[in-house]
Amino acid sequence: MAQMTMIEAIREAHDVAMAADDKVVVFGEDVGFFGGVFRCTAGLQEKYGKSRCFDAPINESGIVGTAIGMAAYGLKPVIEIQFADYVYPAYDQIVSEAARLRHRSNGDFTCPLVIRMPTGGGIFGGQTHSQSPEAIFTHVSGLKVVIPSNPRDAKGLLLAAIEDPDPVIFLEPKRLYNGPFDGHHDKPIESWKKHPQGDVPEGNEIIPLGKAHIQREGADVTVLAYGTMVYVAEAAAEETGVDAEVIDLRTLMPLDLETIVESVKKTGRCVIVHEATRTSGFGAELMSLVQEACFYHLEAPMIRVTGWDTPYPHAQEWEYFPGPARVGEALRKVMED
Amino acid sequence: MGSDTAPLSLNVPEPGCRPGDTPDFSDFEIPRAGEVGRPAVDVDPDSIRDMAFSIVRVLNKEGEAVGDWAGALSVDELRDGLRHMMTLRTFDARMQIAQRQGKTSFYMQHLGEEAVSCAFARALQPGDMNFPTYRQAGLLIASDYPMLTMMNQIYSNAEDPLAGRQLPIMYSSKAHGFFSISGNLGTQFVQSVGWAMGSAISGDTKISTGWIGDGSTAENDFHAAMVFASTYKAPVVLNIVNNQWAISTFQGIARGGVGTFAARGHGFGIASLRVDGNDYLAVHAVAKWAAERARLGHGPTLIEHVTYRAGGHSTSDDPSAYRSKSEAAAWPLGDPIERLKQHLIKIGEWSEDRHAQAEAEILDTVISVQKEAEAVGTLAGGKAPSPRDMFEGVYETMPAHLIRQRQEAGF
Repeated sequence: MAQMTMIEAIREAHDVAMAADDKVVVFGEDVGFFGGVFRCTAGLQEKYGKSRCFDAPINESGIVGTAIGMAAYGLKPVIEIQFADYVYPAYDQIVSEAARLRHRSNGDFTCPLVIRMPTGGGIFGGQTHSQSPEAIFTHVSGLKVVIPSNPRDAKGLLLAAIEDPDPVIFLEPKRLYNGPFDGHHDKPIESWKKHPQGDVPEGNEIIPLGKAHIQREGADVTVLAYGTMVYVAEAAAEETGVDAEVIDLRTLMPLDLETIVESVKKTGRCVIVHEATRTSGFGAELMSLVQEACFYHLEAPMIRVTGWDTPYPHAQEWEYFPGPARVGEALRKVMED
Repeated sequence: MGSDTAPLSLNVPEPGCRPGDTPDFSDFEIPRAGEVGRPAVDVDPDSIRDMAFSIVRVLNKEGEAVGDWAGALSVDELRDGLRHMMTLRTFDARMQIAQRQGKTSFYMQHLGEEAVSCAFARALQPGDMNFPTYRQAGLLIASDYPMLTMMNQIYSNAEDPLAGRQLPIMYSSKAHGFFSISGNLGTQFVQSVGWAMGSAISGDTKISTGWIGDGSTAENDFHAAMVFASTYKAPVVLNIVNNQWAISTFQGIARGGVGTFAARGHGFGIASLRVDGNDYLAVHAVAKWAAERARLGHGPTLIEHVTYRAGGHSTSDDPSAYRSKSEAAAWPLGDPIERLKQHLIKIGEWSEDRHAQAEAEILDTVISVQKEAEAVGTLAGGKAPSPRDMFEGVYETMPAHLIRQRQEAGF
């Protein structure tokens, strides 16, 4: 075990996978010599050579398109889109090609591919460095969607994603890269170096996709969260005194519905939290699933706490970001109903 | 307000001829066969820039093979090539009728473009990978892919290797170097570059080919493919099939102000040339040159196959609504089958009688294979893939939500 930031844990997952398998290749914008703008691939080019870790032209559809070709050839590309906000030019390649290749060719060709990208806000990134586009991927059949919330999970889930035989969208909450963040932006920044979830197992220890993690056990209300919102929800529970069970979903597709249903049946209440815009967000899917499976166990209407249906703003960052005050208010309200 | 210049106006290019007009190809510059020389395969792209504005041609009007590019194929290989093109044309004609009879939903034929894919296939080696569009089935026919399997796919019957999931003619065969056709335009051009990069990363000796139509060169993926191929010197042959028409849109809409599609390669430092796409010998010779160039590590080549789509875009298209009915007959590069036939007769290796006999034999074969496929089923009836199949293969392992949905659907 070693204390690591999420950046170090992601870098280590690459390192472990590249050492174990020559077929793993890593590329993207600024990914090679420099090691990525967030340093997640630092040192890999030096260690594994320029043909296994290299810089790509600024062309996201080209990065994903060539990676699909490499995957069809038999390699395992792990590619970086510099910000999730930049993935849209590659959307056609992801949706119409990577996601469908196995199905449309009846397994003649497959696409084992990991597309990593920093997601979410909280860094004053404005509308082009803050978005949370997970729902545009969960809506597509054939993709898996993963969002880790801490260094330990980031390493274990990335290793699982690289081993996976299908395309995986791997969203990294950039506000959590260097430390846990509970939404109190005026407090001093915490480091992963002192956090239990910054303690990362060595070697090739995978965390299977499709398994949620109960971040905080509780009896009164189930909070469904992922990414940055996990720590916000935890803080809201502590601050309100509501005994919330916080579930870190970790993988949105495939979803660990069993853990969710078991918890909601126990608590009878459910609050769903995400940074992304509300309308047609992943919260809508979660709410439908919980309603279908737990309607007769619910003691109050479910509540969503999300980003507003506006472009992600700059100066108004903390009015947009669903922080502990808004989540806390939802916890109190769901308990009153 | 108050400008002293005239009002601006939008330039919308128009083809030379529309329905009712007399086709006029007098502006289309065609060099004599043999006029364009064959450079060394390691040539510096800069020194052959003129090849993007000319056309490599081997067969002349008299049916003789002339110039540097001639002589790459034996007589037996040429007769095989003729048979492949005739087979593809007959296959297309039968499937076109089958679609009209309601045995399948959709079909796309190659009429007039048979030489491009049939000749190209012969320049590749086992293990190489094509990333075709929907109009390169000659790559399969010329690689001895079973016609029966093609028809089973077209009919979406129980023997369809794609389990009924894909549109007709969107074949896939890794074993025959034929990447799964998407049906989206342009997306696979850049994937072919990635496959070639994979070969180079792995220290392999295989190459890939990308295919795109004249219209789809306007897609972003074309640009992406060219950048990546250029930057990483990928062992890939990038083919533009310029058949003059993108459904109803003439090639000038995608081409814009540049002289030729091949000339787009110049900005990327990629060896770029044009070939007479209706000349089996020329297509083969150029393909062989570009494949060798790629395999020897000299980088990518961009080939513009100059041809003509004599039929409709698909069974859903009626070309008489947007172009002159006599345009196909006026097309100055002729018909690929007629030209190879004429050549073989000229060198004393073929005759009208043998041709008629071959035509009859091919028709018999295609009809008998068609009967075999129809005995299994067509889209209209017979043995169909299981509805259960639609839930399979979305992922390698079926996730819980799909199992629930499959049960809900009752399969």
